[in-house]
Amino acid sequence: MTQFIDRRRNGKSKSTINRQRFIRRFKQQIKAAVADSISQRSITNIEQGEKILIPKKDISEPLFSHGKGGKREVILPGNKNFILGDKIQRPSNAESQSHNASNQGEGVDDFIFELSKDEFLDLFFEDLALPDLIKTKLTHEPTFVQTKAGFTTVGTPPNIHLIKSFKNAISRRLIFKGAYQKKEKQLKDELKFLLSEKNPNIKKIEAIQEKLKKLLKKQMKIPFIDTNDIRYINKIKQQKPTTQAVMFCLMDVSGSMDESKKDLAKRFFILLYLFLTKNYQKISLVFIRHHTTAKEVDEKEFFYSRETGGTVVSSALELMHKIIVERFPTEDWNIYVAQASDGDNWNADSPKCQEILENFIMQYVQYYAYIEILPRHHQSLWRAYIAIREKFKHFAMRDINDKKDLYPVFRDLFKKKSHA
Amino acid sequence: MRKKVLPNNSDWDIPLLEQYQNEIARIAADFNLDTYPNQIEIISAEQMLDTYSTIGMPLGYYHWSFGKKFVNFEKNYRRGYMGLAYEIVINSNPCIAYLLEENNLVMQATVIAHACYGHNSFFKNNYLFKTWTSADLIIDYLLFARNFIHECEQKYGVDEVEALIDSCHALMSHGVDRYKRPQPLSLSEEKARQKDREAYLQTQVNDLWRTIPNFKANQQAEKLPADNFPADPEENILYFLEKHAPLLESWQREIIRIVRKIARYFYPQKQTKIMNEGWATFWHYTIINQMYNEGLLTDEFMIEFLQNHTNLIKQLHYDEAGYSGINPYALGFSMFTDIKRICENPSEEDKKWFPEIIDKSWTETLDFAMRNFKDESFISQYLSPTVMRDMKLFAILDDENEKELLVSAIHDENGYLKIRQLLSDSYNLSFNEPDIQVYSVDIKGDRSLTLHHVQTDRRPLHDDVFEVLKHLYRLWGFSVKLNTYDVNGKEIQTYTFPNNESK
Repeated sequence: MTQFIDRRRNGKSKSTINRQRFIRRFKQQIKAAVADSISQRSITNIEQGEKILIPKKDISEPLFSHGKGGKREVILPGNKNFILGDKIQRPSNAESQSHNASNQGEGVDDFIFELSKDEFLDLFFEDLALPDLIKTKLTHEPTFVQTKAGFTTVGTPPNIHLIKSFKNAISRRLIFKGAYQKKEKQLKDELKFLLSEKNPNIKKIEAIQEKLKKLLKKQMKIPFIDTNDIRYINKIKQQKPTTQAVMFCLMDVSGSMDESKKDLAKRFFILLYLFLTKNYQKISLVFIRHHTTAKEVDEKEFFYSRETGGTVVSSALELMHKIIVERFPTEDWNIYVAQASDGDNWNADSPKCQEILENFIMQYVQYYAYIEILPRHHQSLWRAYIAIREKFKHFAMRDINDKKDLYPVFRDLFKKKSHA
Repeated sequence: MRKKVLPNNSDWDIPLLEQYQNEIARIAADFNLDTYPNQIEIISAEQMLDTYSTIGMPLGYYHWSFGKKFVNFEKNYRRGYMGLAYEIVINSNPCIAYLLEENNLVMQATVIAHACYGHNSFFKNNYLFKTWTSADLIIDYLLFARNFIHECEQKYGVDEVEALIDSCHALMSHGVDRYKRPQPLSLSEEKARQKDREAYLQTQVNDLWRTIPNFKANQQAEKLPADNFPADPEENILYFLEKHAPLLESWQREIIRIVRKIARYFYPQKQTKIMNEGWATFWHYTIINQMYNEGLLTDEFMIEFLQNHTNLIKQLHYDEAGYSGINPYALGFSMFTDIKRICENPSEEDKKWFPEIIDKSWTETLDFAMRNFKDESFISQYLSPTVMRDMKLFAILDDENEKELLVSAIHDENGYLKIRQLLSDSYNLSFNEPDIQVYSVDIKGDRSLTLHHVQTDRRPLHDDVFEVLKHLYRLWGFSVKLNTYDVNGKEIQTYTFPNNESK
């Protein structure tokens, strides 16, 4: 007896769980590989899956087995010209190794596999969060969500709750019928009694029969469903508390920022951008690029424009302050700032930056992250910022000396902090 | 009577496959192939990958190592390094065969004959499968195992369970009774006894490790000669741990048992690769040819079939690129074909070598061979000089102590017996896997566990041994020691864990 079953329609991912287990198991290695890969990537394809390479020995499954050496005698097919007693030079180590490799396919290679884009980003941004997202102010236009809240007797037809309504109908019908049925039984008993008499009183019998008929009619008139039975799903609007956040991205694009520095800065902001858009659904972003003058730009221009000039950092800070005052009233917004620069600033400007930050900006923002990219040596701006760091806890600064630092610094700046 | 030729469309559908299936079934029955009922499942390439990675278990428990296999297969498949098998067949009742949807009609017909009648009859009748596996229960047992392990994960945490399974897998190759015939597996019993077993196992263990002095028992014990525990060395390390590891909880013992049972389920397959594939290949070849002779198949069908078949049984020579050992399809097919030839048309040489099968019915002879042998014994019984010559087999002796390799036998009058012996040995599991047994436990002292490894042909253990000992230690709970002896019983090496130093 034979049975054919077409399984093609069945799900294909029986191994999904096993795959997840595998990733979970090798998270450390995979994370290291992810961090490594992000510094190798070009800006445009940072948001993609990734091939991950894990050293073979880390994932091997050991077994008791024989190692090399000792004596072994093997049978091989395809003898051409050997005869008994022929001696053959032992293949050298290198040869036997290459032979090994061809024997076992990829046996000696590292283990490579591909992460999907989502798996990649999940690992990449794991344990990161915007610090101190605490100013839970309600927005100007409060958002409402509709939630179910029991049942009501009034409402619109689409909201009728059928089960509830029919239950009501059934119980109402039972109650009404009950009263009639009691009476019906009484009458029937009476009728029986009258009929069993020797001289049945026809008149009385007819009267009772008439009553019974009426009773039946009344019973038939109990409506199957009544307006009173109907229940509607009660939906109420609830105000939803919303946190609003805005991230200011400030990038120095002056002449001293050469290609490699700009590349690093852009990478940093792309990471930030991906992180924010992935983890926070509603976050506003403000991009500011500056040389001697600052300009608010859109995302595309921010990352790809080539305009350049001298350096006046305070121009950007002033613009940011103006934008905050105009568009992001601080009682309603959580404000974050990330600034990237090579630290090269017009000397007289640095004290001004310090002043602006101290007096107009720091008190409004939740977190201010400054990264200095490939500094030859720290200059006046760095020193000015150190002074700020000492005053304000929510100011963080790091320098990035190498592509490899990018990811650790990024993680360091945005790692989830336990509430202390 | 000339029959109607079966349609040979490049597109097949299930009704058409059924037509082919019916003819194949009829011919298989004519040849007295005794099979389980078939359940033929058409699956997609992705599903085939899924099945691959759980080593062919239709429902496995979850473990990262299967994920690793999946990831690896997927990668190789996507890059075109690896083609997929045309079928996977499960030793169960009904016998489940997975057919890849991408196969064309010729391939599907071949695969039905190969898997659903070849492998299937082998599973049902070969003595190893009959003794070591229970086709009726395996699906239910796997389901039970998966659920049990899933429950454990919820109770004790995924990490805990995963670590335990890692350790069990490391010892899986030493988790089978090779010489003892096992009890048949019974699901209802397994379930019913699981509760009792928990209690029972635990009492057994406790008895061994009783530390409160039992005065009377002690006196008795002292009269006995210095007792070695276990009384006899135990080759089934997992079994020993399940029964006697002092610190394990009952759920842990149950998981060891599950891994052990699954190891046992796959044990016959490891030992019958040549026979199983040879048998299935022989029958798909015979059945399809019979169909052609009856006029059921077109010439186009037959030419394509022969091409596929020839690729399947191609044996690369040792010096050709891509050579990866002896092709089990090639060796098995030639051997079964040759047995048939010897029965029907023996040469003088055959009469000398195989007097017992000359002029016997070939179907009965083949049936007998299929039922009563495994690769090792099958080769030593039936490998004929003809096959050795056709395959140009020769033997190479690689001795560490010698400078050069030696050609120790070739396919000639002097070499036949030696080649046959060596080839047979190479399929002997106890020769291929190191001989390691549990030797003793220091019951009264530090509870350390000692294992003995006896070398075969001076072959050392692979360096993995250190890792495996760690796993062994995790299960045993106290220090473990492995002594290696040469054939003369001289101790040559000791591995211990913890303080992992090899002297």
